[in-house]
Amino acid sequence: MYMTYLRRELAGRKKQTIIVAAGLAIAIALVMIVNSLAAGVSAAQAKALESVYGVGTDLTVTGAQAEPGQGGGQRFDFGQDGGSTTDDGTTELSQSRLMTDFMRGTLDASTLDTVTGIDGVSAASAALSLTNSTFSGELPQRPTDTGDGSTDTQQAPPQQTEGGGGGGFGGGSFDVDSFTVLGIDPSADAVGPLSAVELTDGRGLEASDAGADVAVLDATYSTSSDLAVGDTIDVGGTDFEVVGIVGSTSDSADTASNVYIPLDVAQDLSGAGDVVSTIYVQAESSDAIASVQSALESELPEATVSSQSDLASTVSGSLSSATSLITNLGTWLSLIVLAVALVLAVLFTISGVSRRTREFGTLKAIGWSNGRVVGQVAGESVVQGFIGGVVGLVIGFAGILAINLISPTISAAPSSQSFGDGSGPQMGGPGGGGGFMSAVQQTTTDIVLTAPITVWVVVAAVGIAVLGGLVAGAFGGWRAARLSPAEALRSVG
Amino acid sequence: MTDTTRRAAASTPPTPAVLGTEPGENDVTMIDTEPASAPDAAPEAIYRLEGVTRTYTQKGRVVKALAGVDLEIEAGDFVTIQGPTGGGKSTLLQLLGALDRPTTGAVHLGDIDIATANNSRLGRIRAHEIGFVFQGFNLIPTLTAHENVDMALEPLGLSKDERAARVTEALAHVGLAERGDHRPGELSGGQQQRVAIARAIVKRPRVLLADEPTGNLDESMRDEILAVLQKLNDEGLTLIVVTHDSAVARRARRRLRLDKGTVRDITR
Repeated sequence: MYMTYLRRELAGRKKQTIIVAAGLAIAIALVMIVNSLAAGVSAAQAKALESVYGVGTDLTVTGAQAEPGQGGGQRFDFGQDGGSTTDDGTTELSQSRLMTDFMRGTLDASTLDTVTGIDGVSAASAALSLTNSTFSGELPQRPTDTGDGSTDTQQAPPQQTEGGGGGGFGGGSFDVDSFTVLGIDPSADAVGPLSAVELTDGRGLEASDAGADVAVLDATYSTSSDLAVGDTIDVGGTDFEVVGIVGSTSDSADTASNVYIPLDVAQDLSGAGDVVSTIYVQAESSDAIASVQSALESELPEATVSSQSDLASTVSGSLSSATSLITNLGTWLSLIVLAVALVLAVLFTISGVSRRTREFGTLKAIGWSNGRVVGQVAGESVVQGFIGGVVGLVIGFAGILAINLISPTISAAPSSQSFGDGSGPQMGGPGGGGGFMSAVQQTTTDIVLTAPITVWVVVAAVGIAVLGGLVAGAFGGWRAARLSPAEALRSVG
Repeated sequence: MTDTTRRAAASTPPTPAVLGTEPGENDVTMIDTEPASAPDAAPEAIYRLEGVTRTYTQKGRVVKALAGVDLEIEAGDFVTIQGPTGGGKSTLLQLLGALDRPTTGAVHLGDIDIATANNSRLGRIRAHEIGFVFQGFNLIPTLTAHENVDMALEPLGLSKDERAARVTEALAHVGLAERGDHRPGELSGGQQQRVAIARAIVKRPRVLLADEPTGNLDESMRDEILAVLQKLNDEGLTLIVVTHDSAVARRARRRLRLDKGTVRDITR
């Protein structure tokens, strides 16, 4: 009889049933789509980050923000013999320098041992992020001596060469060619930037490469620089043999750096000493990440410890916009629609109870208990919620399917600035010339945004449906329970 | 009370219910004095009300619906309650029907005092002992006649087969055996009220309370309903009917008038 009564009542009040169910359905569909898109964006972020931080990196440890004037390692220093002077007095200069991040301090290499010794850490590897800048150009004959030994510092405005990155003075011109260099432990492949790459040619760095002048190049960089396995590349004034080419496992993505060399060589060559800039940490399990992070922060108060979610916030580009849109507009829209749907369901249920005062009064008069009447009202609401849930699931799945069919492409540019892996802020050239760090490669990825359907999306939808029904039923039932049968019958004459 | 005892009580000729009055002396308020007949010959009193008052507060004003009612109603009797609108008729019926409690006094249904019973007990009393018939029928429009009648059996915990058998029997009793699958909207007013009566008697109650059962019916339908009620009373069911209709009142063995919260027996 319970189900018969319930079915007949819902069928008899089609309009109310449809409005309540439709409200919940829209809310559920929106929540599903937003959740699904959020999962898709998360996956896209993870994919974008993988190209920089490698697979399995749960945490990164980097040096603290550097004070002005700190960091940087080598500087360009052109002495008396810094170049060759031609007959017309023009001096040709060419010098390569390896520099660490100007804005972020480095960590002592022993930090890796500290990190490895922390409970919950399953693997860790260190890297030193450097930028190789090659300054080459011509300087005109030096201005005439003033006779007092000082040099005339009045210079002509810099002339930037075509293609940017250059500057000069006094009619001279120069180019600055920069690429990123990552010194990595050649024996560590479980975690770190090279854990997410695939070898396209040659070989990767091996343990035996420690101390050797060998390099592995990013595939995109090798193409643009016309370098291949067996060629040599000038890094910090030293010729390195290219032994391998690696590419990112994700479509259209570049790897974390242009050039990879053994860590010890990078330390020596840059003159930075026994330091590293980033330590990539893998926790034993996802549950251990928080405790490992807190242990690292406690153990290394001077360092910056970042989790995947911190890393995710560094992803820029349209992926960042999508994240922002989904996080802000999508979430709020879902919440508002959900709230409206719940309020509608509650109001309609309460209004329904008010309209059915005589009916419930009669039922109580013929012996129905409060619990039985409340059960009836709540049951009707839950079934309305269930109908809304089913319809919402269908609409939600259709929306998700549509997104996956359209497959919108978004760009993602993981900014490595916060993690000290080589780029840093752009530096102005002498006399306000173009920044030579602008040539540093930016890892940009075009990612197809998918909206995955997870169990949680379905659970969330069903949960909302049941919750909506229960909330409405609770209010309606409470109203019905408060009805005194005498008053209920009296109020309707 | 079992069906057998109920029938036995009903077979006993009703005696003047106004205690302490001579037969035919009808215009006095109930005074609990000497019984009208010898105790061993007296039919069982199904209701006994002692000093019952009921007051309401409406818009800050205290309304005294019942002002000290003493009353005894015997099993198997057919009692009508008449009186002006606002005289307290429906209030009295609600107290008799365990829908409400008196402000002061006692309302005994058999040996149960409705005034002191908790809500759960009152619910059980309504479910098992009392049948209600309302002026507006109060049928659920989305359910068929059969299902409407079945609603009264919901609290009894009977098996599906027994419920079906009882519903069929009750509908047959009111002459609607063939209309069980009709919804209220497909039935005439008289038929709807008969469904309501079937719903009231399907639980086999000790007493049937009716509030203006013919108030919404024309003359022919009224007679139809009266015939049904008369038949039920003849079978031993105690009937207490609130009515404005003198045609209904004429059928009663005992007529009470309720005015300004006090009751008088006006049986002639």
